[in-house]
Amino acid sequence: MLKFKIERAPAPAWMRAIIPLLAVPVTFLLTTLFLLWADANPLQAYYHFLIAPLSSRVSAIEVLVKATPLLLTGAAVAFAFSAGYWNIGAEGQLYAGAMAGAWLGMILKGVSPLLGIPLMLLGGFTAGMLWALIPALLKVRLKVDEVVTTLLLNSVIVFLISFFLNGPWRDPISMWPQSPEIDPGTIFFKLIPRSRLHFGFIVAVAVLALEWLVLKRTAFGMRMRAVGLGKEAARFAGIKVNRTMLTAALVSGGIAGLAGVGEVAGIHFHLIESISDGLGYSGIIIATLGGLNPIGVGLAALFIGLIDTGAQTVSRAMNVPVYLGTVVQATLLLVTLGLFVLQNYRIKRG
Amino acid sequence: MEPFIIGLLAATLRVATPLILGTLGELFSERAGILNLGIEGTLFVGAFAGFAGAALTGSLWLGLLAAILFGMISGLLMALLTVRLGVNQHVSGLGLTLFWTGFSLFAFRLVFGESKVPPSIETFQTVSPFGNLPWLGPISSQHILTYFALALIPLTWWILYRTRFGLNIRAVGENPEAADAAGLNVYAIRTQALLIGGALMGMAGAFLSLAQLGAFTYGIVAGRGWVCIALIIFANWEASRVLWGALLFGGVASLQLRLQTLGLKLPYELLLSLPYIVTILALTLAGRNVSAPASLLKAYRRE
Amino acid sequence: MPVIQMQGIVKRFASLTANNHINFDLEQGEIHALLGENGAGKTTLMRILYGLYHADEGQILVNNHPVTIRSPHDAIQNGIGMVTQHFTLVPTLTVAENLTLGQAGSFILNPLEIQRQVEKDSQRLGIPVKPAALVRHLSVGEQQRVEVLKALSRNARVLILDEPTAVLVPQEVEILFDALQRLRQEGLSVIFISHKLPEVMTICDRITVLRDGALVGTVAKSATTATELARMMVGRENFGVARQSERQPAGPLLQVEALQAQGSKGLPALRGVGFMVEAGEILGIAGVSGNGQTELGRVLAGMLRPSGGHIRVDDKNLTGAGPAELAQAGVGCILEDRHASLVDDMTVAENLVLDQLDGFSRGGMLNRARILENARKWIAEYQIKASPNDPIRQLSGGNMQKVILARNLSRTPKVVIAAQPTRGLDVGATDYVRSKLLEQRARGAAVLLISEDLDEIMALADRIAVIYEGSLMGILPAQAATVETLGLMMTGKTLESIRPTPEADHA
Repeated sequence: MLKFKIERAPAPAWMRAIIPLLAVPVTFLLTTLFLLWADANPLQAYYHFLIAPLSSRVSAIEVLVKATPLLLTGAAVAFAFSAGYWNIGAEGQLYAGAMAGAWLGMILKGVSPLLGIPLMLLGGFTAGMLWALIPALLKVRLKVDEVVTTLLLNSVIVFLISFFLNGPWRDPISMWPQSPEIDPGTIFFKLIPRSRLHFGFIVAVAVLALEWLVLKRTAFGMRMRAVGLGKEAARFAGIKVNRTMLTAALVSGGIAGLAGVGEVAGIHFHLIESISDGLGYSGIIIATLGGLNPIGVGLAALFIGLIDTGAQTVSRAMNVPVYLGTVVQATLLLVTLGLFVLQNYRIKRG
Repeated sequence: MEPFIIGLLAATLRVATPLILGTLGELFSERAGILNLGIEGTLFVGAFAGFAGAALTGSLWLGLLAAILFGMISGLLMALLTVRLGVNQHVSGLGLTLFWTGFSLFAFRLVFGESKVPPSIETFQTVSPFGNLPWLGPISSQHILTYFALALIPLTWWILYRTRFGLNIRAVGENPEAADAAGLNVYAIRTQALLIGGALMGMAGAFLSLAQLGAFTYGIVAGRGWVCIALIIFANWEASRVLWGALLFGGVASLQLRLQTLGLKLPYELLLSLPYIVTILALTLAGRNVSAPASLLKAYRRE
Repeated sequence: MPVIQMQGIVKRFASLTANNHINFDLEQGEIHALLGENGAGKTTLMRILYGLYHADEGQILVNNHPVTIRSPHDAIQNGIGMVTQHFTLVPTLTVAENLTLGQAGSFILNPLEIQRQVEKDSQRLGIPVKPAALVRHLSVGEQQRVEVLKALSRNARVLILDEPTAVLVPQEVEILFDALQRLRQEGLSVIFISHKLPEVMTICDRITVLRDGALVGTVAKSATTATELARMMVGRENFGVARQSERQPAGPLLQVEALQAQGSKGLPALRGVGFMVEAGEILGIAGVSGNGQTELGRVLAGMLRPSGGHIRVDDKNLTGAGPAELAQAGVGCILEDRHASLVDDMTVAENLVLDQLDGFSRGGMLNRARILENARKWIAEYQIKASPNDPIRQLSGGNMQKVILARNLSRTPKVVIAAQPTRGLDVGATDYVRSKLLEQRARGAAVLLISEDLDEIMALADRIAVIYEGSLMGILPAQAATVETLGLMMTGKTLESIRPTPEADHA
């Protein structure tokens, strides 16, 4: 058995800043094992992983495309976590937003983009909020643990979408269960011609900037952080804990919903069952890596976007399975979690 | 009608098997105070390791052993993070799930390449203790692992309530300070519980690849880990009640498959989501009376 | 022959030295009191002996052999058992299961067998318990017996009791003392942590006195008196801070009638408490810990909803109001639990404005310059040793309490509720907090002081009420209060039953 014990002892300020940055080299050191297993030269692989994607315009843009939904799910999770609401349901709330996008894309026939796009955003936000409403109400009214309820609702909405895609919303001309292509007036415009980078990226950056403003500069944000860091103390200071948590949960759901709309209106143009495939869960990783700080969340999302793109580059160039990206992401998270402990505790041999 | 019902009952037991194994595995972790959301990934790596082990050695039993081993490694990692370092349990668990998902798919590609025809193996044979007796015969024609899972339910109860080890698990999950003061090693007991839990989860995953499917696919687990998380609440953290939840879930899942093959027009997907909704309802109705272990989700650190 | 020797023990917590080079030894077959005020370092020293804390310096000898005690497990191995103030029992397990926990024995547990074993031990040691009962169904006294039996059934030769009588009624105290006397004759050595002089003089053979983390001395009971012990404990002629003048009655500001509330276990904790506090006076609520003080403080702070009764502040009905409403109505509170009063991971500046954010923001946006300025002002005025951007968790207990005082008193509340305001603080901080409370009284606020420290109550309060099992045993003017009268009331005697013609203040 490992013989060590942990004592509370805050690390000096300079070390606190360095510790999260240490996670990157440690992660790549650990994942070298996987590269060796795949018979790949690690240095060459890291080049393809981290540098190659940024060295060409096309793949650098692709990093931003990959980061777009991650910026939003990361922002969503960080917002809820900041208020001490453990929203594991960004995945489901993203699907809810995607459903709203697909539905609006079907019913808004011949709409002008000036009206269509705002409606899509509004619809996605509302849908994500509604899907977040049930567990949030159960939490504040009946103290039902939100971790389990939000997690289970992720599965429920996948079945719900599957039902719609195999039934009422099924596109008759497609071989796959998918909804009809959305109306051109509801499609998010491209930011750069002939790329996949769309308006959703701007939305994502704006949301993060707004989130930073709310969390760091407004009275509501301070109340939220107080609730997240100490519910009893917040209540004692006269803060309405339940209302604050409810608001944070709903806004979080709404932001995740925006990510879903972006995927429908900017990338796929119809709803498919695997439209998220873990983007919501990645949001939890990103929020954690970013230390719940919107700026950190932004950087973490871009980094994960880079890893996702890099994994494809490595896969193409060196025939290393693309799932290396997932392994690196997960290892990075686990290593960071471990290192965060060092910020406040000291490990002693015991 | 008779073959339909017999088939349904047999399938129910089959579908329930990995759920029973996984839920009992999660039960050990949660009774010791650790919510292990790594279960989904542990099932996945169990399915992969089981399949790879069996395909490479030619022995299903060695495959099962490999799955158990990987399950235990997963439990150990969870213990390192949440028990030793005291890291947030939700995030650690989800991180592990992601890790094992990536790991399994990565390793599968490396070991088996990217062939058009997915590799497959012969599955475990079923055993029929009641031979050709009407009803009982075909229903009881099940895999050994199914019988093992069924036997594990009373065994788990017995371990938790009738052994010193089980007493220790219940104590560290309920009041680790008290357990520590009584001279128990809270870290060691929680780690042991996670190891046992991981072994059972690995076995649950192996059942999917070695008994049910004979192959390893991307969607082989498909949220069964989350079902186990739901079942544990449904069972109110009691081993004896795990059976009913798992059978109910298995029953609904098998029924919808059978109805679907009959060509009946029913919203199957909505039917499949019922158990989740029932669990949320159960949580709601039980409200504050759910008897979750009092120290679930709380890291233990001595002052 | 000494069974335990602790030599040169030092234990530091952040800025506080809880134990400063303490020597302590325990003889075979003696009951040895560890005496001192709250915060003197008694419990810390014993937690080190039991392996719950680790000493920064010093060594421990058991039977003249140096030992390393890293955990309770090591302590038990060395024949040391401890009953802490917060019982370490698992509520969902039976008494027998709790007693078996951590014991070596067969892998398989037969419930009936372990119950029989417990029954046997219980009879042998003369400590009655109910083996098959779930611990959560037991009374506090019963739980304590389980704890004592737990320690003894592990063949403890040394038993540490941390303030064992704080939670007991007098009859139970008697049972405990009888058992201890008997066990001592059988060779058990007992360390008895206490801050109560009479019981120390009743039961103990030798007494070691600690003060502010340092050893004052060890004396034999036969060679000392209660007065001398008191002088050793306190070490000051009197408290640095005490009420000087008599008050002028100025009309009630806080009125509480028939207040009822439930405790954390759903049992009634307040059973119809009624009193009033006038402007410019301090009403002290004394009592043995766990008699409803916590709930009374929480109800008056708006943190716990009363299940019955009325609370009126300046004739305004505020029954069931939340913390924000109470603050609005002019109530300032100091909660018993400091960590539940401030957000540990937020800064001093943020905590100082957390309850009045509307005054520090415009259109929802924070005015950060004013928040900082506000913090600088209160840090200077309350002599808080911290800078505005330090997180609260880096502050000492005394400085945390000053932050709480600054935030709650800066609005000049009409009514001040102070629950255990000096618990665990060092002498300087204690005096500071007490002087602030007197300052509030002097400017005409109604102050309710809930404290388990009888000396504090007697030094500060104009009138004293005693709470026992959720009811008040009576209220009397401080001049008429003696330690004897209050002591009787704290064990459940009403004022009327003590003095047929009470001078109680019925106002």
